[in-house]
This record gives sequence, structure tokens and C-alpha cells, in this order.
Amino acid sequence: MSSEWPLWEVFIRGQHGLNHRHVGSLHAPDAELAIRHARDVYTRRNEGVSIWVVPSAQITASAPSEKGPLFEPANAKVYRHPTFYDIPDEVGHM
Amino acid sequence: MAPSLSDVMTPDAAALAASSKGEGRAPLEAGSPEHDLFTGLTRLGDTTLILGHRVSEWCGHAPVLEEDIALANMALDLIGQTQLWLGLAGEVEGRGRDADALAFRRDGWDFHNLLLVERPNGDFGTTLMRQFLFDAWHAPMLKALEGSSDARVAEIAQKAGKEVAYHIERSADLVIRLGDGTEESHNRMQSALDALWGYTGEAFIADAVDTRLAEAGIMPAPESLRPAYDETINAVLAEATLKRPESNFAHKGGKQGRHSEHMGHLLTQMQWLQRAYPDARW
Repeated sequence: MSSEWPLWEVFIRGQHGLNHRHVGSLHAPDAELAIRHARDVYTRRNEGVSIWVVPSAQITASAPSEKGPLFEPANAKVYRHPTFYDIPDEVGHM
Repeated sequence: MAPSLSDVMTPDAAALAASSKGEGRAPLEAGSPEHDLFTGLTRLGDTTLILGHRVSEWCGHAPVLEEDIALANMALDLIGQTQLWLGLAGEVEGRGRDADALAFRRDGWDFHNLLLVERPNGDFGTTLMRQFLFDAWHAPMLKALEGSSDARVAEIAQKAGKEVAYHIERSADLVIRLGDGTEESHNRMQSALDALWGYTGEAFIADAVDTRLAEAGIMPAPESLRPAYDETINAVLAEATLKRPESNFAHKGGKQGRHSEHMGHLLTQMQWLQRAYPDARW
């Protein structure tokens, strides 16, 4: 039975978080039940104030084999990190 | 101390349990306001306890993981509500019995739950149908209890009402999906409905205790919940393409402590540890 149900990715916005975060996946026959299952499976400990579900099949993912070309060039570009500024003390934590 | 044979044979195990704690107070007098309130509270608390236990029997056995967790959540909601109702019942009784003592140290005839909730789980469809038939009563019952003249009752009802609003949404939705699903699921839901229907009427039949509690404004008159119940039942069953049984015959007795043959088996499972090892702790 469960193998006939499509997979859904679940995103929850926490009590204090601004963004929905990916928390896991589950099976459900449709979007409405996916929300309900997400509520039952992923918000049992008061984790969330909002739930998104997305059919896993709708997610386009980068290929792990392209990790090199996609991400390694950024390693050598330290100047993209704003670490070369002196921040005045009165600014505080940024 | 383990109970001796004579303890086990004592009809009033409840009084025995209380006296063994050194609580010498006399039992509440039948017909007194305190006894009425205690009875009304055990009717609520025993009903949520027995249903919570029944639903918990699914843990690890539901057809899919997601439903397994959903059922376990609901069982825990019901057990949580039980702690509040039976906790208050113990306070009202004033004989030193807490929610655990009431749940685990009473015998079948002292339980006042509706017969509906002690029905065996059957298949998944039967469990869902029983849940829906119960939720459709539970939700308006709690709504009415929010207006109780007893502030403690109103407070518990308010807290439980939020949980039960979700229960009824879920059970109604699944009854509709399975009723209006495949031929197989439709037939299973219809036979579950036919088998359980005779156990729904009891909740709306008042006895003297119900009547006095209603007159005091503490709990609603049982029959006053019927219109809301019928409205929910008729709407959901129609959408589920299920046929409401025509008979209004109602099994009754649960509220007065007369139970079906299933109750003893359930209590044996639920109570054995506290019976074998009284006051055992983790």
C-alpha cells in the first residue's frame, strides 16, 4: 500500500525561525493528507507554526557528480567573504 | 505489598485500595452533589481512557507508518485528557485516589465509559469508524462543557477541545475517503458503521445523575447534543456514500458500570502491571 503513495518533502517553519526548513519526507496519497501526516509526524514536539509539502518528484536536484565544477571554484574566492573590513566596536554583532 | 487472594476476591477493590493508603474517609454518598460530579467526571475520564487504550493497541500495527504515528498521537491526547478528568474526579472524591489509582485500581463495574469505546479495534476501517462516531459526540460535548458552571470542568474542556477539533477533522476525512473509495473500502466502512451504530445512542440517554448535573449547569443534558451529532453524522456519511442504519436501538449500561464481555480483557491488559506490582515506578 505505502509503496503506491507518492513521496512528499516536508518543510516546517519553526516557532522563531523565519524560513521554512526541510525536515524530512513522508508518504501520502495527496497534498491534503501530506500536510496532515506532516503535522502528526514532524510537529509532535511543538516544532512548527507552518508546514509546506512538495511532491518529491517536483524537486530538481543538482547532480552529485557535478560537485566539482559547481562548487569548488567558490573555494578559491575568499574575497567574496566580507572579512576584510574593520567593523567599529559600536556596531556590535553582525 | 502484593495483593493477597482475599484482596483479589474483594468486590470493592477500590475501597480496599483507598484504605490501604490510610485514607479512612467514607465513600461519597450516592445522590450527593459530590458523588454526582465524581460520577460525571469518571464517565468522561473513563471514556477517554478506554478509547485511548484501544487506539494505543494499534501502535506498531497500523497499515502505514504515518497512520501509526497519527493514531499514537491521538491515543496520547486521549490519555492526557484522562489524567485531567480522573485527576479532578479524585480531588472531588477526596479519598486520596489520584488519576492512576482510578485508572489502574478499579474493577470493571466501577468504570463508567460509553460502551462504544470498549468495542474491539477490528480492522483499520472499524477503528476509524468508531473514532468518527465518538469524535462527532466528543467535540460538541466539550464545546458544551466549556460553558460549565464548574470552572475546573470548563478549563479542562477548553484544553481538550483543541485536540478533539483535530481528531474529528481527521476521522471525518478518512471516513469520507474510505467510504467513497474502492468497493472493498466502502463495504468495510459500511459494515463497521452497521456493527457500531447500536453503540452510539447511549451517549444521549440521561439517567438521574446526568439530569442533576445538567440542572446544576455542570454538564449538558445528554439529549441536547443530539442535533449537532446528527448534523455531523448525516453530512459526513452522505459525502462518504454510506447509509445510516435506520434502527435507533441503543445498547446501554456502560455509564452505569455494566459492560460488554470485552471490558474485562481490556482491563486485564491495561491494569496487570499495577495490579501485580502495586505502586511500581519506572
